[in-house]
Amino acid sequence: MNSKQALFKYLVRLGDNALVLAQRLIEIVADGPELEEELANANFSLDYLGQARLFYTYAGEVEGKGRTEDDFAFLRSDREFENVLLVEQPNGHFGDVIVRSVLFDAFYLLQLEALSACSDERLVEIAIKAAKEIRYHLRYGSQWLVRLGDGTEESRRRVQRSLDDLWKYTGELFAGDEIDEAFRAEFAGPDLAAMRATWASNIAAIVKEATLELPEDGWMAGGGREGRHSEGFGYMIAEMQHLQRSYPGLNW
Amino acid sequence: MSAEPANNRPQTEERIWKYLESVPDPEIPVLSVVDLGIIRAVNVAAGTVEVVVTPTYSGCPATEVIEKSIVDCLAENGIDDVVLKRVLSPPWSTAWISDAGREKLRAYGIAPPEDDAGKRSLMDSLRAIACPRCDATSTTLVSEFGSTPCKASYKCESCLEPFEYFKCI
Repeated sequence: MNSKQALFKYLVRLGDNALVLAQRLIEIVADGPELEEELANANFSLDYLGQARLFYTYAGEVEGKGRTEDDFAFLRSDREFENVLLVEQPNGHFGDVIVRSVLFDAFYLLQLEALSACSDERLVEIAIKAAKEIRYHLRYGSQWLVRLGDGTEESRRRVQRSLDDLWKYTGELFAGDEIDEAFRAEFAGPDLAAMRATWASNIAAIVKEATLELPEDGWMAGGGREGRHSEGFGYMIAEMQHLQRSYPGLNW
Repeated sequence: MSAEPANNRPQTEERIWKYLESVPDPEIPVLSVVDLGIIRAVNVAAGTVEVVVTPTYSGCPATEVIEKSIVDCLAENGIDDVVLKRVLSPPWSTAWISDAGREKLRAYGIAPPEDDAGKRSLMDSLRAIACPRCDATSTTLVSEFGSTPCKASYKCESCLEPFEYFKCI
């Protein structure tokens, strides 16, 4: 893998994580627990979507085959998406949404902060911009986690269950492969082992504040980054890509 | 009544800044794109006008509308050769909203940004935001997000009016 390929693949994965979470969060619109939280999550979705557009557009330029952001989002099959499994997990109840966001954002923020110091100038610019937004998301999610965990007996029981259920998807966040290694070597990319330690201590602090129990690391799910996704993923992107598939080339 | 048609006058950067002051932000129309601080530079060279714009948020849905408004506004003033350049760095900050812009926001009923949210730690409590209608500081955060990504929803405990606060980023 040469440096151009490493950068391209790394950018597409960044775009995939952001786009898939954007799509999951937008499903909350008209289905949120209350208007304010629905709007908040719709706005988060917009941030992720904007970031995905920046990553995909840049990936298309690096690749040099004329692919645009829309080609990456709407004209690839499920097996071509390399997002982590965590971001594609169905919304479930509001506690599930919050836990999924906190676990991912705590990782993504560290990733963006590391990328803010990588050697690719354009990626640095995107990462600095995106980190500002994700910092805000994480603050929102952490506050909700505390409110739910340290709330009523029922909210605590249910959000603990969310945390226990989603924990198995956190291993994949740090399971590097040859793309991460090549990107790190060529562009001074993130050190996943160091990130994992910081992530674990940040999450432990939030979980403690929320008076919840930190799950133990057990079996961890994987495969998203090789294009093997959960059952619900195909349905989700079928809906997301429906317009482009039904009316190829359709424009607003 | 101008002595010569607009398109025959040499376009100066200063004049173009003046034109841009009439381009509103589509979501907060009391603010111009200049008040908002998203016009980073105007360069005139060899008959071409380059306008450098930075988005407020990565996913701001108004970005395309704003760019079109800029092109339309300059076309109305006889400038057809416009190049828009979108830059991300340095990232937009609410600190770039002009003083005039802050006053316009307050008069419009939106509390202007107060400090730099980026420097706040995760669990810090929010600083008191003054109600744009009655100036009371006994206000409560209703939601971190309001009608757009850039605003939060507040309620004034004194005059009981809900209001929006332009968040700091």
